[in-house]
Amino acid sequence: MSRVFVSGLGAVSPAGWGVPALRAALDAGKPLPLRGIERPGWDRPLKARLVPDPSPRPAFLAHARFRRASPLTHYVTAAALEALGRAAPNPPRPPRLGLVVCLQSGCVQYSYRFYKEVLEDPATASPLLFPETVFAAPASHLAALLGDVSLAATLVGDPAVFLQGVVLAADWLMEGRVDLGLVVGAEEANWLRADAIWHFDHGCISSAGAGCVCLTLEARLAAGVELSAVTGAQTYLSNRSRSRAARDMRSQLPAGAATELLCDGLQGCRRLDAPELAAWQGWPGPRLSPKRVLGEGLMAASGWQCVAACDALARGDFTGATVNVAGCNQQAIGARFIRAS
Amino acid sequence: MAVTGAGIVTAYGSGWRVNAEGFRAGRTAFRPVTLFDVSRQRSKLAAEADLPDTLPPTRLPARQISRLDRASRILLLAAHEAWGQAGWEPADNLPLVLGTTSGGMLLGEEYFKRAVSSPRSHRGQPTRALHYQPQTQGRVVAEALGFRGPILIIANACASGGNALGLAWEMIRSGRAARVLAGGYDALTQLVFAGFDALQSISPGGCRPFDAHRDGLSIGEGAALVALETLDSASRRGAEILGELTGYGSSMDCHSLTQPHPEGEAGLAAMRRACEAAQVHPADIDYVNAHGTGTPLNDSSEAAAINRWADSRAATLPVSSTKAGIGHLLGGAGAVEAVVCLMVLREQWLPPEITVETPDPMCRFPLVRRPADAHCEMALSNSLGFGGANATLIFRRRP
Repeated sequence: MSRVFVSGLGAVSPAGWGVPALRAALDAGKPLPLRGIERPGWDRPLKARLVPDPSPRPAFLAHARFRRASPLTHYVTAAALEALGRAAPNPPRPPRLGLVVCLQSGCVQYSYRFYKEVLEDPATASPLLFPETVFAAPASHLAALLGDVSLAATLVGDPAVFLQGVVLAADWLMEGRVDLGLVVGAEEANWLRADAIWHFDHGCISSAGAGCVCLTLEARLAAGVELSAVTGAQTYLSNRSRSRAARDMRSQLPAGAATELLCDGLQGCRRLDAPELAAWQGWPGPRLSPKRVLGEGLMAASGWQCVAACDALARGDFTGATVNVAGCNQQAIGARFIRAS
Repeated sequence: MAVTGAGIVTAYGSGWRVNAEGFRAGRTAFRPVTLFDVSRQRSKLAAEADLPDTLPPTRLPARQISRLDRASRILLLAAHEAWGQAGWEPADNLPLVLGTTSGGMLLGEEYFKRAVSSPRSHRGQPTRALHYQPQTQGRVVAEALGFRGPILIIANACASGGNALGLAWEMIRSGRAARVLAGGYDALTQLVFAGFDALQSISPGGCRPFDAHRDGLSIGEGAALVALETLDSASRRGAEILGELTGYGSSMDCHSLTQPHPEGEAGLAAMRRACEAAQVHPADIDYVNAHGTGTPLNDSSEAAAINRWADSRAATLPVSSTKAGIGHLLGGAGAVEAVVCLMVLREQWLPPEITVETPDPMCRFPLVRRPADAHCEMALSNSLGFGGANATLIFRRRP
């Protein structure tokens, strides 16, 4: 079986645009300041951590396809371009790209605006908004910008789908169908999404952004990190609880060591965190919990977990890093990355 | 790779037989929309599915059944038929691969309305938030039929169903799975209907794919699922084989978010890749089920792609779009049209587009316009997605 390497990382988060901003926030370890999202009909706003405006303005926004694109598309594109930037310094030919965009909520801002207009008067609902509501829109815009996308897929589900996306991109690489596999997890924020999250835990802080890993089979392109394993998907069913699935997932991964990092999905919400806490009791190494700092970014958050784990490995801080995603309503999946030799 | 089960729900009804009769006759199923208010829309027709009052018996408890939304019911009906026909037993590690564009959007719409109209009432909102997500609908299928395994949901717009079958085919071909339940589904929703209406893409009178005077698409709803397994597995079980899925090709059209490349570059690439995978040539194909939405731009682009791909074979290659009868099922389209191809191969007829009056001169191929029996060994199905994702599937008759 071929070895799969990580050639680049990208991130957009409430900490800012780029992996350095994400790294700085996680190194500081302090939860980022909260902002309010006005919720119609409520006196108090919902709490959230939002992506700041980019500075400087990304050059890709000048492309015609991005004139009306959603913030979600902006996040996906910025993270993907950053991850791709280190991939091929002097490629003998343009690499064939495979693109996997993973979403849970999708384009909620435009969907909200468009449906609101439909309910007010469908005859005047904006035709400019509707195309951007489609799950596949971010992948379409990014593919148009990159130009040489051989394969593209938009996957939908809970945050563990990001790791299914990693497996899909790795399969495309190993079948020789693409040279580079970009996997992006992203979400955007609005009051409806924050409202939905609030129903499941009043302390859960909605956030937004994107995380991206770029995969390759070429060791010379590796950014110091290799994908070692991804567990099978442990789907939640009536006879397999989230706790059981998290335990089953852990049992498929190595026990860990003092020199290995666990990058988990804990966010400080007792009920939501309980299955992960129980499954990963006794982890012998250090732990990193990006959501405690950045908030509940759903698919973006599982992207941040992978980016943070790979970034820590690339810096030489650890010998291995395990990412565990006990998704909110579908499945638990884990992955392990190691330092590329 | 063998297809040993197929389930289908469209505006023709629920199940293989009633759908086969509808497709064979080329009946049109468009009628005024009843599921939501369209009085202020430009277009007022769609192909709504009449669902049975009760679902077939499954492992789902009554309480869970009572919570199922329309999309879940449509999906479950198709899944139950495919599962039963395949004769599969509950199992571990059976992947489910689904394509959809909207999942349970009807519940999402209801969530929004209640969040605005009754902001301090939370009754039912967590359930709506949970059940509108397609992964919940996938879990419902697994619970109902009693199997466990990964659930993969692909949302490549109108190519979602075709891509879902293609991904399932790849999983089996590469040895990552021995069998997969795969398909696509979508229910009619106000947001999507109004969206296409806002784009002025919906035909006021019912779509006429590849007609020179076509004026837009028609929206439909439905689902299709197929049980896919290796030929060895099917033969060992003594299962009835409905047909073989022999090739899959996909491509990405970067031309525009809403418009395909005018020369059909990406559609052509998907067809060529599928033929390469199936190791066949256009001369081997006996019928093409086109994506054929009925919009001026889609059909001219696809016609160009088919002309270029088929070359000299085009002059005698029968082509039709079954959207002429049941509308565009979006995430369900590719899967439903795959099952239509299985019907064609199994029952040896061609599905006509009886509403076409003047074939577009762009079409160098004969459009099937009247019900006809035909000898078909191999059929090809195109799905060309909004946003540029494309899928082509090739099926072969099992003697």
